[in-house]
Amino acid sequence: MANILIVGVGGQGTLLASRVLGNYAVLTGQDCKLSEVHGMSQRGGSVVTHVRVGNNILSPIVAVGDADIIIAFEKLEALRWRHYLKKDGMMVVNEQEIMPMPVITGAMEYPNDIKQKLQEVCKNTLFINAAELAHECGNVKVANVIMLGALAKNLGFKYEDIIEAVKMTVPARFLDINLMAIEKGFNAK
Amino acid sequence: MKKILLGNEAIARGAYEAGVKVSTAYPGTPSTEITEAIAKYNEIYAEWSPNEKVALEVAIGASVAGARSIVCMKHVGVNVAADPLFTLAYTGVNGGLVLVVADDPGMHSSQNEQDSRYYAIANSIPMLEPSDSGEAKEFTKLAFEMSEKYDTPVMLRSTTRVSHSQSFVELEERNEVGVKPYIKDITKYAMMPAMAVGRHKVVEERIKKLAVDANSMSINKITYKSTKIGIICSGVVAKYAEEALPDASILKFGMVNPLPMEMIKEFAGKVEKLYVIEELEPIFETQIKAQGIECIGKEIFSIQGEFSVALIKNKMLGEPIPVADTTLPVRPPVMCPGCPHRSVFYVLKKLKLMVTADIGCYTLGAGQPLNAVDTVVCMGASIGMCHGVDKALGREQSKKTVAVIGDSTFVHSGITGVVDAVYNQGSSTIIILDNSTTGMTGHQPNPATGRTIRDQVTHQLDLEKVVRACGVNSVQTVDAYDMVAVEKAIKEELEKDEVSVIIARKPCVLLTKEIKTPYYIDNNKCKKCGMCMKIGCPAIMMTKDKVFSIKADQCVGCGVCLQMCKFDAIKLGGKN
Repeated sequence: MANILIVGVGGQGTLLASRVLGNYAVLTGQDCKLSEVHGMSQRGGSVVTHVRVGNNILSPIVAVGDADIIIAFEKLEALRWRHYLKKDGMMVVNEQEIMPMPVITGAMEYPNDIKQKLQEVCKNTLFINAAELAHECGNVKVANVIMLGALAKNLGFKYEDIIEAVKMTVPARFLDINLMAIEKGFNAK
Repeated sequence: MKKILLGNEAIARGAYEAGVKVSTAYPGTPSTEITEAIAKYNEIYAEWSPNEKVALEVAIGASVAGARSIVCMKHVGVNVAADPLFTLAYTGVNGGLVLVVADDPGMHSSQNEQDSRYYAIANSIPMLEPSDSGEAKEFTKLAFEMSEKYDTPVMLRSTTRVSHSQSFVELEERNEVGVKPYIKDITKYAMMPAMAVGRHKVVEERIKKLAVDANSMSINKITYKSTKIGIICSGVVAKYAEEALPDASILKFGMVNPLPMEMIKEFAGKVEKLYVIEELEPIFETQIKAQGIECIGKEIFSIQGEFSVALIKNKMLGEPIPVADTTLPVRPPVMCPGCPHRSVFYVLKKLKLMVTADIGCYTLGAGQPLNAVDTVVCMGASIGMCHGVDKALGREQSKKTVAVIGDSTFVHSGITGVVDAVYNQGSSTIIILDNSTTGMTGHQPNPATGRTIRDQVTHQLDLEKVVRACGVNSVQTVDAYDMVAVEKAIKEELEKDEVSVIIARKPCVLLTKEIKTPYYIDNNKCKKCGMCMKIGCPAIMMTKDKVFSIKADQCVGCGVCLQMCKFDAIKLGGKN
């Protein structure tokens, strides 16, 4: 059983990432439940997608304190959702910073000690510069798939399986760039 | 074949397999994807209706004509459709009719967290509630069978976590049930007092029979494990309960109205301690306690918000729930970069107006830094409320008050408000924010877009002609991005002693997907006045030492910030 939390900012593509994981479950013959966010919260707000892969899954939501892995598309969001992580859980964090409105308006400051705080609560935290890797692929929008590649590697998914899952999910005309992205994420250190 | 489907897609699949012929809806989170998915089945006629009342009426017509019909809406949509619904309960159906309602405990995307189960009770009609996608499909099909068997509309209740979760569904073939013959019968379908008296008896007898039959329905299920703890629940909460307390015995209702009282009595008699776990209102609990059965419910579980595995463990086993760090900057939803609503709200704020607003993306104009909204109540309320302010406080205040409503919401229930304000000699100024789509729910077409749910070209409702036909003589259309024009129009119309309408038009940026050259800030010219930050565009940033910049990957080149800068520091040609 893997309890996965995908967190980020509305518009970063958490939905696509979760759908690839759903297809991964289909391919590998496992049970799976996903829980998504639609509607108002999507508009640049803090978003979370729950993914559970394993046998006979009941709740579609990962319980607080029960996530095996949190994949954060944005640094501050990693900190916001870290209480969902299991004691020995792992975090994969995109180094990207997206300013929330209270920071934009100057009412609050963007925390400058996020890395340190995350490492305090979770020794097993991997930071990835997904924006830069996405830029190398030629489109900043594939940062989500890069993060997914890193997640797949760290959960011990077979490379061929996750590639197949991407093929099942992504429209053909965007396939090449997404396959490049998954490879970069899978091999990111 | 097994497929992983969203709960909403599973309901759509259920409708398809049940041989549904007509499907209607007005979009509303978390129900929207049901009808979007249905529209992909060519065997089903699907439409976006202007509002839920019309949607239900179309479905009733289709049902009376003999076809199976489905109508889908969010919880507050049932308020709009309540008028036909209460009488539909009397007429019953010909072809099966299922009303799907999606509740939103915790209000992910809603203005209240009302519990739709009350509508089933108030109407004396059956309501089914699935707990995952598999059940969503099965219960939808069952709902049609029940509808025809008992000659009643059936409500199918979902919640956000069922509608917006994905799980496996076994796909089956469509059952072409065809169309039943229509036989004229005014004692059944024409609800005048004399006929309705007879039909009310039918309603009461029907619900009594359903309550008896509920005890032998397989969708109401008892699973006995340890009898120390017994839990009564329904929907996704049943999944939470089973995961939180794997040893507890569970009575799960598949039909949440009417309740299987004999089953409840049997279950209560066998367990030592009985808990009722239900999100929102104490509906099961009240009925169970009324039978003299002891149980624990809202003594420990809240009426507010969503439940979870962790919450149930906390309330029943005392396990602590890890808490979030609340000192972090919050990240509320915001208008997208390039949103055409932003410029209008900045002008409203600048003019210090009272703004009665409405339901849609522009509700976000209430947030910082725009903070330009005074009220949000329900679909269409902006216009009626603006007129109310006018009549309560007179012309002095109405010169400082505007109603703000989106195009889809205006068609949904804004038009009657305009008729009222004109008819009763008001002086409201109404701004229609026409972004040519139903934005918040994910870009559905509406009558003002001239496109159908299947993207066919159709008659485009002309908003200007509509308001003129209502008797509004002063109508202006402005480019929503042009802040000078918007300000001028608002000032002019506020001065007029009559009802006036400003249509601020610009398509939603997510819809056009037009890639324009982004802007950047020339720091040699920037005087660090901070004016560009006042529009609250997420693409504009400021460092602690007041260095301003525009994120080229977020900027869509709308040029609204350009109008804020007095020092020509914002220039075209930003690069990543």
